[in-house]
Amino acid sequence: MIEERFDAIVVGAGMAGNAAALIMAKRGMNVLQLERGEYSGSKNVQGAILYADMLEKLIPDFREEAPLERHLVEQRFWMMDDRSHVGLHYRSEDFNEERPNRYTIIRAQFDKWFSSKVREAGATVLCETTVTELVQNGYGKVIGVRTDRRDGEIGADVVVLAEGVNGLLGTRARLRERPKPDKVALAVKEMHFLPRETIEARFNLRGDEGVVIEAAGTISRGMTGMGFIYANKECISLGIGCLVADFQRTGETPYGLLDRFKRHPSVARLIEGSEVKEYSAHLIPEGGYKAIPQLYGEGWVVVGDAAQLNNAIHREGSNLAMTSGRIAAEAISRVKSRGAPMSAQNLTLYKKMLDDSFVIKDLKKYKDMPTLMHTNSQNFFLTYPQLVSRAMQNFVRVDGTPKTTKENVTLKSFVNARSWTGLFGDAFRFARAWR
Amino acid sequence: MTIERSVRVEDKLFYNRYLVDVGRPHIKVRTHAKPSPQLLALLKACPARCYELSDKGQVEITVDGCIECGTCRVIGEPSGDIEWSYPRGGYGVLFKFG
Repeated sequence: MIEERFDAIVVGAGMAGNAAALIMAKRGMNVLQLERGEYSGSKNVQGAILYADMLEKLIPDFREEAPLERHLVEQRFWMMDDRSHVGLHYRSEDFNEERPNRYTIIRAQFDKWFSSKVREAGATVLCETTVTELVQNGYGKVIGVRTDRRDGEIGADVVVLAEGVNGLLGTRARLRERPKPDKVALAVKEMHFLPRETIEARFNLRGDEGVVIEAAGTISRGMTGMGFIYANKECISLGIGCLVADFQRTGETPYGLLDRFKRHPSVARLIEGSEVKEYSAHLIPEGGYKAIPQLYGEGWVVVGDAAQLNNAIHREGSNLAMTSGRIAAEAISRVKSRGAPMSAQNLTLYKKMLDDSFVIKDLKKYKDMPTLMHTNSQNFFLTYPQLVSRAMQNFVRVDGTPKTTKENVTLKSFVNARSWTGLFGDAFRFARAWR
Repeated sequence: MTIERSVRVEDKLFYNRYLVDVGRPHIKVRTHAKPSPQLLALLKACPARCYELSDKGQVEITVDGCIECGTCRVIGEPSGDIEWSYPRGGYGVLFKFG
């Protein structure tokens, strides 16, 4: 029996859920948000980088009060073999701007603040409540939720599923499939605490400047995966993730991988003497455009990680989550303002608006990248990093060998490892998937 | 193998805060005589090493240290080897940083 009714129920209080609840509440809707954690943020795990542009669209003056760590002035990409890294670093004074573009954040703290804005906007936020099931009527229309806390059911005109990557409710209600092992990555992360001056000295930072390191190569032992190091104010977020299917296939352990990454000579010195205060793990959607499930139906929409909206190439997820949450909320409030029912037909508006946004456009651009990376992981994550490292060493080491001989050695090492056909094939496939 | 043995996952989990729902595990392993390949994969893939092999050669789970990532669900639920839910509201891991 339905005991209470709301205009909308939002399941989950991560980036997508908070964005959706905030916008619907701001537009005068009667919103209930349900979160299983002790507080909003206590179950949420991310690297984490915050993209200002997408948050500005929700809370324009967020910089005045949000708990931000450091604004990013430098991005480093490292291609690693066991003893070296070849780096591409970009640092610019332009990023020391009045309204910086990217920040590091600590999700549990940030989400708690984000949630306070949702409450201020007038939504009812109920924590420590796990939604166990969607309630559907005889025609399959979603009409509410069942939780582990209250007797009976809570009803709503529409349910926004912002339940995160596992998407348990959607799977149980057969709205979409369970994520497959080759479409999600498992990332493990540790929080390494150090005095802020030590972090600033080691990363060459001044004040609240921050830096991000993304690393790929032999650290993932031939699996499709990446490591990351983010500088926060007084701690370093350090982690590594690989496809679940690869873990399953190889028998590598996530903590073994993390340990090796930490002991790499390029990494060990950055975290030396740190105190670890937390160990976490999380799944990341990696399937890209082709893994996006049905996004709406009778009385429901799905947003954020639950909709597998993650750009694995650019390591963007939270901004896609926030944006999909906002767009879903805008679409829903438009349907409501027309006095129209929350039918699948009317909720196609959400899909249409999302298709027109960067979220779907970006995912579409890279639609073939996941398959390429996953089927050629040995080459991209093991062979090439080793070859490039050797090439670089050959280039910079001065030992009396004539440069022409050196170049021939490097060229031969590439051809021997991958053959001409392989090299051109890889380049061609990569270019085709990228464009 | 030597590396993995030296990594003590229990020490890592000790950093974390948990509220354990005593007597109500949110993940259950289906009774089995001989573990399936999926179950055996969980011994290594679980980042909190919640899955262990018993003396009788069966895969067992202790959910107390679970960090609720969902990896075991992705691997072990399709074959029916495990039943997976989230903990009840308020229970389970409580991230301070996340």
